[in-house]
Amino acid sequence: MLNAVIPLLLDSLASAALIFFAAVGLTLVFSVLRVLNVAHGSLYSIGGYVAASICLFIASRQLNPYWSFLALLFSAVCVAAIFGPLIERGLIRWTYGKSEAVQILITFGLFLILEDLQRVIFGVQSFYEDAPMRLLGTTSIGGVVYLNYQILLIGMAFLIVIGLRLLINHTRLGRLITAVVTDREMAQSIGIDTNRIFILAFSLGVFLAALGGALATPTSGIAPGLGADTMVLAFAVAAIGGLGQIEGAALASLIVGLARVLAIYLAPSLDAVAPYAAMLVVLLIRPYGLFGSVAARRI
Amino acid sequence: MRTVTAAAAVLVLALLPVAAPWLQFVLTLAIAKGFAALGVAVLLRAGLISIGHAMFYAASAYGVAFLARAGVNDLGLLLILSVLGGALVGAVAGLFLVRYRAIFFAMLNLAVSMVFYALCAKLYGVTGGTDGMPVPVPAVFGVVLGEPAFKSVLFYLSLGLMVLIGLAVQRYLNSPLGHALAAVHTNEIRLEYLGIPVWAVLLIAYVISAALAGLGGAIAGFAIGRVVPDFAFWTASGHLVLIAVLGGIGGVPGAFIGALFLELLHSAAVTVTDSWNLIVGVTLIIVIMFMPQGVYGLLARKEAASL
Repeated sequence: MLNAVIPLLLDSLASAALIFFAAVGLTLVFSVLRVLNVAHGSLYSIGGYVAASICLFIASRQLNPYWSFLALLFSAVCVAAIFGPLIERGLIRWTYGKSEAVQILITFGLFLILEDLQRVIFGVQSFYEDAPMRLLGTTSIGGVVYLNYQILLIGMAFLIVIGLRLLINHTRLGRLITAVVTDREMAQSIGIDTNRIFILAFSLGVFLAALGGALATPTSGIAPGLGADTMVLAFAVAAIGGLGQIEGAALASLIVGLARVLAIYLAPSLDAVAPYAAMLVVLLIRPYGLFGSVAARRI
Repeated sequence: MRTVTAAAAVLVLALLPVAAPWLQFVLTLAIAKGFAALGVAVLLRAGLISIGHAMFYAASAYGVAFLARAGVNDLGLLLILSVLGGALVGAVAGLFLVRYRAIFFAMLNLAVSMVFYALCAKLYGVTGGTDGMPVPVPAVFGVVLGEPAFKSVLFYLSLGLMVLIGLAVQRYLNSPLGHALAAVHTNEIRLEYLGIPVWAVLLIAYVISAALAGLGGAIAGFAIGRVVPDFAFWTASGHLVLIAVLGGIGGVPGAFIGALFLELLHSAAVTVTDSWNLIVGVTLIIVIMFMPQGVYGLLARKEAASL
């Protein structure tokens, strides 16, 4: 019995970690900016493409392959530094205070643009670069062989949950963010530079998205259409957890990861449907998600 | 005056394929997408964005293919049954979806349509997977036509339906039920206090919009001769939203103006570039930022509505 349960749990955790990387940036950006960034999935796949390109470059120059771990992080920082301020200042700030319909349409337009740009720049063939995964080797747990990379991903996911919580509760920037989230006008009137907070929070969201894409590429590769799939999955997770709730997103990732792994074990053809089935069930019972509340949305 | 303008526009559309036969297919497809965009525009009036309406478009097109496979071979019957099928899918999805607003409504529509797309693409035994299903040339009132003749019949039928159904939708939007949609957008709670069940208002609108999208999909299926899962893909839904917004949600003609504009632009653009989504995305952002009332809003300022 236990021999059957442990692999299932580890698989779910590894799956949940990847799902969490996709969703956490979306929910963070929503909690601060109150804008659902429909282009979030594209930023995820751009992170993946950039990371894969750098890793392939490292492989082609026969540099020390351990550089590719740094490359994963570096590519996420690059994507965040370029796209974060550009998109927030250039596009999203014009939608503050407008109806949600306008916000969704504007970011959806951005999504279409980014998807086509990726197709033009990186082509339509799929990328597959698994050097970071092969380097780490495998571990045998209870007779089942696991990739150490998967275990690293689980660790990273926990680090990000704890890191974000520390950032928000115990740093000056975190307190400023909390103030803006709680009452934007009041924060502005006591002299907080809300524009700066928006840029920083949005860029942090982009960083998390790109990091997710970069970390996922060695395990699953990257192909056109990943952005759309990721966006819908990320929204499903964010909605289950309650939009804007980071711990909610973590719990929701576990639920969706478990649902997905169970689907793969029991009915493989339903793998793609499982996350949405989980979302429908949760939203039917709690329309605002597990941690969400109707009145106040907090980090 | 406006009736004259509209009649003149329809007349020009009817005569265009006589002058340039290659336009017939483009115009048929434009009218088909116009119907679907009109469906999206009906919901936009209530402030609800559906980025998943291509699902109903595809559902009816698949309905036609399945019925044709089962032996139904009459254009009228196929159209009516498949549109009813689209409306039925809309009623089932709507029961669940009209409880949500704004972001949740938009993204849940997207999610449901992605599931539909995945099922169409994966269930190879039933739907033919990504190869899709053929839509044969049906008989028209018992008369078996050759393909070119059928395509002409289809075009003029679509044009006729555009006028008739356009007028019907106009009536609906001007009825109390239609005005209640705009009221949902403005203040939903006030509407509840007036004793109007918002849930029912929205469900009716949702089913109507699904049926309109279904009609468009059925026409498109006949015009193309094949149904593929890409009919339901999210980019298709995005194009429908763009058509609705571009044309303007103020009146029925908006959706068709937007569809004509975009289809003609598409025919011109594919000869130059294959980055069509890029153009769509940029246009969408520009239209929303600078002309939220759409093309129709520029033509008919009085009754224009914006997002």
